[in-house]
Amino acid sequence: MHLNEKELEILSIIETNSRIDISDLGKMADVPESEIELTLQKLQEMKVIVRYATIIDWSKVDEHQGVTAMIDVKVTPKRGVGFDEVAQRIYKFKEVKSVYLMSGAYDLSVIVEGSSMNELARFVSEKLSTLDSVISTTTHFILKKYKHDGTIFDQTEEDKRIVVSP
Amino acid sequence: MIKTSFISKTVSELKPSGIRRFFDLAANMEGVISLGVGEPDFVTSWSVREAAILSLEQGHTSYTANAGLLELRREIADYMHKSFEVTYNPADEIIVTVGASQAIDIALRATVSPGEEVLIVEPSFVSYAPLVMLAGGIAKTIQTANENEFKLMPQQLEEAITPNTKAIMLCSPNNPTGTQLGKEDLIKLSQIVKKHDLLVISDEIYSELAYDESYTSMAAIEEMRERTIVINGFSKGFAMTGWRLGFVCAPADIASAMLKIHQYTMMCASTMAQYAALEALKNGGSDVEEMRSSYRRRRNYIVKSFNEIGLDCHTPGGAFYAFPSIRLTGLSSEEFAEKLLMEEKVAVVPGNVFGDSGEGHIRCSYATSMDQLQEAVKRIGRFIEKYKVE
Repeated sequence: MHLNEKELEILSIIETNSRIDISDLGKMADVPESEIELTLQKLQEMKVIVRYATIIDWSKVDEHQGVTAMIDVKVTPKRGVGFDEVAQRIYKFKEVKSVYLMSGAYDLSVIVEGSSMNELARFVSEKLSTLDSVISTTTHFILKKYKHDGTIFDQTEEDKRIVVSP
Repeated sequence: MIKTSFISKTVSELKPSGIRRFFDLAANMEGVISLGVGEPDFVTSWSVREAAILSLEQGHTSYTANAGLLELRREIADYMHKSFEVTYNPADEIIVTVGASQAIDIALRATVSPGEEVLIVEPSFVSYAPLVMLAGGIAKTIQTANENEFKLMPQQLEEAITPNTKAIMLCSPNNPTGTQLGKEDLIKLSQIVKKHDLLVISDEIYSELAYDESYTSMAAIEEMRERTIVINGFSKGFAMTGWRLGFVCAPADIASAMLKIHQYTMMCASTMAQYAALEALKNGGSDVEEMRSSYRRRRNYIVKSFNEIGLDCHTPGGAFYAFPSIRLTGLSSEEFAEKLLMEEKVAVVPGNVFGDSGEGHIRCSYATSMDQLQEAVKRIGRFIEKYKVE
């Protein structure tokens, strides 16, 4: 589908700040407020805007327990449905956060989250590797997140400019 | 005992910059939101910084050619051609300078003889008139008006020209008004310039930051290349202010005159910065595009917000300054800026420091984060409510 310039502009602004005030968004994009509401609604209906989310650095929260792993999965595609059917069987598990079809040495990249390494190990051995089409899995646990979705977690670059300059 | 001042007559006659006072006031306060900063809020992109680090690792620590690395001048020639459709020979028509400021200095010193007049369009960047005086020339100002969105009108130019006029300094998009001269404006002005056989020193440092109309260089106007010195650089568009790297393009005879001054006073621009600039020109296009979009959004936001709270503000075509009128308060620019700083802790620059026609205005730089802009608008709105007299 083709979007117009204003729609692209709105998406580009809310992509990094979905909490922005509608009236401020209207000013920035140079679009009347009423039109902003309609555009957002339309983009949601078209599933271009899928969900409004928040990036949280859970590693700073003591109460949070959890591990994330990236799993390289090799599968046998099926005639007629290709990779879609097996991808669907995988992404329906609630532990699975992302599934991507990849070029290169393996087929699906699967990101899973669980409360412990044991839980994820069980998921891989009992649920994932036992699927008919899955040939092999390689699991990588994430140790630390430095940057996620374009955001550096511990950004320390403060404004170093002098306060008034010509 | 010393009986006479050692300071030269020319320098003692120079007025100190009016911006200095506000810097001193604001620098010692806590919790100030500054709209007074005349530089990008982006840090130079990492690939450019990385290229400078690599140049140091490889030991590029010696002088370059006086005019700058030939490889960089070739990239600049390419850039001038692609962006503005003007052709310069990298061998003898381009000089890499220490910021655009030095480029303006050598342009004036190479072309202005004692007693010759240089026209300066105010409100203007604070350095032009002092640099003309240091070059031995006479700075003659033309005052533009809010009702013309601070554009120089052709008849104003015509009226300001005398037999002594040598050159005119133009800056588009302008600091402090953000006003951009479009192609049609430039054509009209160029006709008068040609009629009176003047030189144009065209400060195009904000050319990458033009938001509505694609940028036209004065040198691209018919028959103007031969009488135009184009000043540009990396500070604003590429967010490289601290690197101090600019360049100047001019016909070979003028460039060679400028090079004489440059080689005696500067030798060459910083080598490390030149390597960084090389990377910026080769691969920095997408970074510039991103910054431009970000400034455009903030411009839209601040101009609309100012008008909403009662500050009459034209939409500037480029740079990162809004130049609203503060007439509804009845305060002078200096009073407004000082009270705003003391009472609401927002730093702006009073318009009068950029020339008489800047009186009744303030310069607000929107090169700061959206959060800060939103808070600044809130504070200024509160301030206006308190002081508006209309």
